[in-house]
Amino acid sequence: MTHTSSVPLYWRLKKSKYNVIGTRCRTCNTAYFPGRQLCQNCRRKGEIEELKFSGLGKILSYTIIRTAPQGFEQYTPYAVAVIELDEGTMISGQIVGNPAGLKIDQRVKPVFRKISEDGSDGLIHYGMKWELVDGQ
Amino acid sequence: MVNVAVVGGGYTKFGEHWSRSLRSLATEAGTLALQDAGIDGKDIEALYVGNMSAGRFIGQEHLGALAADQAGLLPIPATRCEAACASGALAFRKAYMAIKSGEYDIVLAAGSEKMTDVKGTDAVATLMGAGDQEWESAIGLTFTGLYALMARRHMAQFGTTREQLAMVSVNNHKNGVHNERAQFRYEITVEQVLKSALIADPLRLLDCSPITDGAAAVILVSDRIAGKFENPAWVLGGGHASDTVALHDRASLTEANATKIAAKKAYEQAGLSPGGIDVAEVHDCFSINEIMSIEDLGFCRKGDGGKFVEAGKIALNGEMPVNTTGGLKSIGHPIGATGIRQICDILSQLRGRSGRLQVSGANTGLACNIGGTGATSIVHILGKEEPKGR
Repeated sequence: MTHTSSVPLYWRLKKSKYNVIGTRCRTCNTAYFPGRQLCQNCRRKGEIEELKFSGLGKILSYTIIRTAPQGFEQYTPYAVAVIELDEGTMISGQIVGNPAGLKIDQRVKPVFRKISEDGSDGLIHYGMKWELVDGQ
Repeated sequence: MVNVAVVGGGYTKFGEHWSRSLRSLATEAGTLALQDAGIDGKDIEALYVGNMSAGRFIGQEHLGALAADQAGLLPIPATRCEAACASGALAFRKAYMAIKSGEYDIVLAAGSEKMTDVKGTDAVATLMGAGDQEWESAIGLTFTGLYALMARRHMAQFGTTREQLAMVSVNNHKNGVHNERAQFRYEITVEQVLKSALIADPLRLLDCSPITDGAAAVILVSDRIAGKFENPAWVLGGGHASDTVALHDRASLTEANATKIAAKKAYEQAGLSPGGIDVAEVHDCFSINEIMSIEDLGFCRKGDGGKFVEAGKIALNGEMPVNTTGGLKSIGHPIGATGIRQICDILSQLRGRSGRLQVSGANTGLACNIGGTGATSIVHILGKEEPKGR
């Protein structure tokens, strides 16, 4: 169980799970993805607004998962990276395609993909994965 | 201010205890600690028990009362402490503070985890509870995966080599051979580590601490009564700090700010620098974490951890002996028990009772217990001399 089976959980995260929409603190100009309700620097003094990210970023580090948690066993081996978005914040995400040639600093962009499913007759979870920007 | 001493400790054999329950292991550890301190259960005024996830591993919550009940310590106050893999050190810290407050003179701090009642993939998913559920677990990350992300970045940034990572496991196994309570009592070679199965590149099976059942317990007392005990180990200083739960929310993938802050506080309180530490227990849940932590604890400069290990400085006879009893890698990592087990082994070193694993003339020891990918870090420094003037 990975506790992703709740429909409300996915629904309330739909902006950030299906789009790269996070937040920004207007007071100190820090971007957050996933979005935060409270700025880490300014706390209650910070003015938070929604921010649509460009979605573009680069691989800061990556791994290839070969022993997966329950619910992901059928997808191994799959690559997961920490991606530094151009707006200056980091996010974890799966990288689609052949993981063999991945390198640090490669440019990536988000793609809409199936993430996991709750067994053969359960919910199918969709969300963002990332792919290399063409020409790399 | 009240000074606090550790006057007894013990831990069960760590391993796959298919015939033993959580309550049986925890009770054994508590009994060992009481015997070691030479006190009776009726002397204990409060109990703190570290445990990460009994709710998911065995379907049991409410562990504070359960532990007091099973140990025959009713009706003393009993509290469960949870900070993922740092749950044990958290229980120790809360027990220390309870005495420091003046409320109690004798407190039992314990830790336990029963991990082998669920299948491996369930255990992997349960351990991911220590990460960010919405953004790490939900995309299929594992703890090995998270530490692999740190390892690859550390290798790219500082030139840390795959062999240097392997040498951490080799060192810890070499020591663990002589620890009769360790899960894996055999030596391994760098070549064996490099040929072991890839779990999450670049980390392999022999970079990872195992899934383990076990329990540990220590007795803490105030300076008002410490004189009744032989060879107390005094708590010279401690620190506890937090960081983001998600690895990707950190400023850096290659250092744990919580460890740096916790260590700074512990060194300041103890009046010591990293060079003043004679022996250290450092959280090697994965080989890369021992390398990053010896840097964050100040034993070497940031980025030099791999070279420090390669030069043999962490060996039993090295300049900074680390994980002299086997570390998490060889002894095993029953999550909630580990932080208390570390204190037990430092106590043993300071008392000069570590046998073949003894660091000669050990007067000070440090224990660093880390939760998640570094979202919690707890550091304690113990010493043979009672702190003065505080």
